[in-house]
Amino acid sequence: MTSISSRRLRKELNEIQAEGCPTGITLLSADNFESWFFSIEILGESLYQGEVFKLMFRFDSNYPISAPAVQFVVDEDSTAPVHPHVYSNGHICASILGNEWSPVLSVSAVCVTLQSMLASCKSKERPVDNDRYVRYAPDNPKKTRFHYDGKRSMR
Amino acid sequence: MSSDYEYSDEEDFYDDDEDMASAGDDDSAPSDDDMDMDSFADDFKVPQHPPRKSYEIEHEPLSQQAVERLMTTDVDHISGIFGVNESTAALLLRYMNWNKERLIEKYMDNASSVSVAAGVSTPSRASPSVSGPAPIRSSGTRRRTIRQTPVPKAEPSVCPICFDDSQTSFLALSCDHSFCISCWAAYITSKIREEGEHAVRCMAEGCALVAPDPFVVSTLANSGEDEDGRTRERFQELLVRHFVSANPHLKYCPYPSCTYTVSCPSASSRSSLTTMVPTVSCGASHKFCFGCHIDSDHRPVVCPIAKMWLKKCRDDSETANWIKSNTKECSKCQSTIEKNGGCNHMTCKKCKHEFCWVCMGPWSEHGTAWYSCNRYDEKGGVDARDAQSKSRASLERYLHYYNRWANHEQSAKLSVELYNKTEKKMEEMQITSSLTWIEVQFMKRAVEEAERCRATLKWTYAMAFYLDRGNEKELFEDNQRDLEKAVEDLSELLESPIDPETISTLRQKVTDKTVYVAKRNEILLKDTSDGFAEERWKWNIAVEGFD
Repeated sequence: MTSISSRRLRKELNEIQAEGCPTGITLLSADNFESWFFSIEILGESLYQGEVFKLMFRFDSNYPISAPAVQFVVDEDSTAPVHPHVYSNGHICASILGNEWSPVLSVSAVCVTLQSMLASCKSKERPVDNDRYVRYAPDNPKKTRFHYDGKRSMR
Repeated sequence: MSSDYEYSDEEDFYDDDEDMASAGDDDSAPSDDDMDMDSFADDFKVPQHPPRKSYEIEHEPLSQQAVERLMTTDVDHISGIFGVNESTAALLLRYMNWNKERLIEKYMDNASSVSVAAGVSTPSRASPSVSGPAPIRSSGTRRRTIRQTPVPKAEPSVCPICFDDSQTSFLALSCDHSFCISCWAAYITSKIREEGEHAVRCMAEGCALVAPDPFVVSTLANSGEDEDGRTRERFQELLVRHFVSANPHLKYCPYPSCTYTVSCPSASSRSSLTTMVPTVSCGASHKFCFGCHIDSDHRPVVCPIAKMWLKKCRDDSETANWIKSNTKECSKCQSTIEKNGGCNHMTCKKCKHEFCWVCMGPWSEHGTAWYSCNRYDEKGGVDARDAQSKSRASLERYLHYYNRWANHEQSAKLSVELYNKTEKKMEEMQITSSLTWIEVQFMKRAVEEAERCRATLKWTYAMAFYLDRGNEKELFEDNQRDLEKAVEDLSELLESPIDPETISTLRQKVTDKTVYVAKRNEILLKDTSDGFAEERWKWNIAVEGFD
């Protein structure tokens, strides 16, 4: 299985290096096939004008059969965008990272989806249960079983 | 001499007769008598099991294969009506949670939208027949659109998932989204094994087509991914579980790793749970309640009352005990008061009544005897204590039932421990004395019976707590008392010392008592269950499901 995941990631990386990332997205580092970092910003009219966020992708050997673990990086330099589907620890509640993941999707496709999720945001607010979730959240967002209607439950 | 349990000889002839007493669950150690019975019974085509008692509920344990047969029956039925093949019918049924009537109604109304929603066909392919209400006619075309088995694709492309150009075998569902066989197999395996998902959708983004069973099975088989067959096994199990959970007549046995299902149509509705206690056992003899998860056997009391009682115990029992031992009620306003200082001169925080903690009389009567009370017989004190005891009555009443309920639970556990010790002794006796194995079995039977009866007794206290006062309750408590007395006698016998000299008398006594206890248990269970069926029991509180 490892071979599929690394072959696939190598192919995605080659494409990104050859053709570049979609606009607004930049590859920061991809030193191995375990975690990649991107910067992401929303171009054009949006509530996030001028803000740049950092995305972390973590892959396991089951990629792309199972979804990568994707979250915004929260550290000294960067924060998670204020959005109804983004928790303050950077975890994202998005169906394509969970039950609607398709092995056909790629790292770039995920970035573009997240970009449009932010672009279409109408009001900057945290999820309702942000504090409770962040207090008990597992390190890996894939361990959370989100309900893709704004609620969620822990596995 | 034949077995001590001679009545088993006649179990097929007696109906509800008390003589058959404990024959019910005796499936251990078949004796010669039993063997004779079986051949005899076969001759006359009498069912092998003893007839069902009135407090027992009709149920049927089903193996996984038997449930699969039930599924097949439904699938064949739908497949016949709609003129679609079995795997399509199965997908449609699973989508409708095996509700055949609803599926037929919806499908007749709009076959293509149901097919799309069930993941049987893609929206574009189904569109030509959108308004075709005649499913029989349209079935011919539909049948062709759904591929039952993976179709090898000729086009020499590279799989968009793994980009492995050495892959030569490509598969697609009827949506033509084509992927290599190893990706399909890895994906199917991951869905089934990791997510416990039986509906495996097409891997393409946004494609809602569901892989039919033959596709799943043959892909697993052809890819070599599932060499030990465990994924396939798990797939089958997931399908069965889905069917069972969708069907109110069926329940999975809750025991760990048991694969039996029990069918119990008479207990499938909530309202039926007020008239019977559906204690069932699966094919592996695991006993459980079909109606609730409270206790494996809470006879004689019905599920809603057992549930209410347990909730009350969880909420109240510790609190009630503490209140009982640490507080008194103000003799004027009945507020519960905890004494928090050394002085006996109490002033109620709520009504400002002043009284003596010791005699409960008003403080004014104490005159100058400030810190001690020697006036126990003073009228004021007597009256106050009367009032006190009345207000304590409900608490006392609850604790009375709770303590007995808890005690039987505890005793049942202890008697099993006792038996373990006894068993060792019996084994020794087999070696040191002339007693045979069969002759030392009476203890085992007695302990088992006592345990069974204590379980009944335990729950009779939950029932009695909620029973409204009256003749019916008195009769119930008479039965309860008789059973309790008999069980206590038996327990005492079980604790008597065992030595080779007296064992034959002890054995006779224990055996007689066991039969008697079983009979009392039988009587109580039967009477209670008849009472539920006749709606004879009246409650002192509103119970869910009862008027």
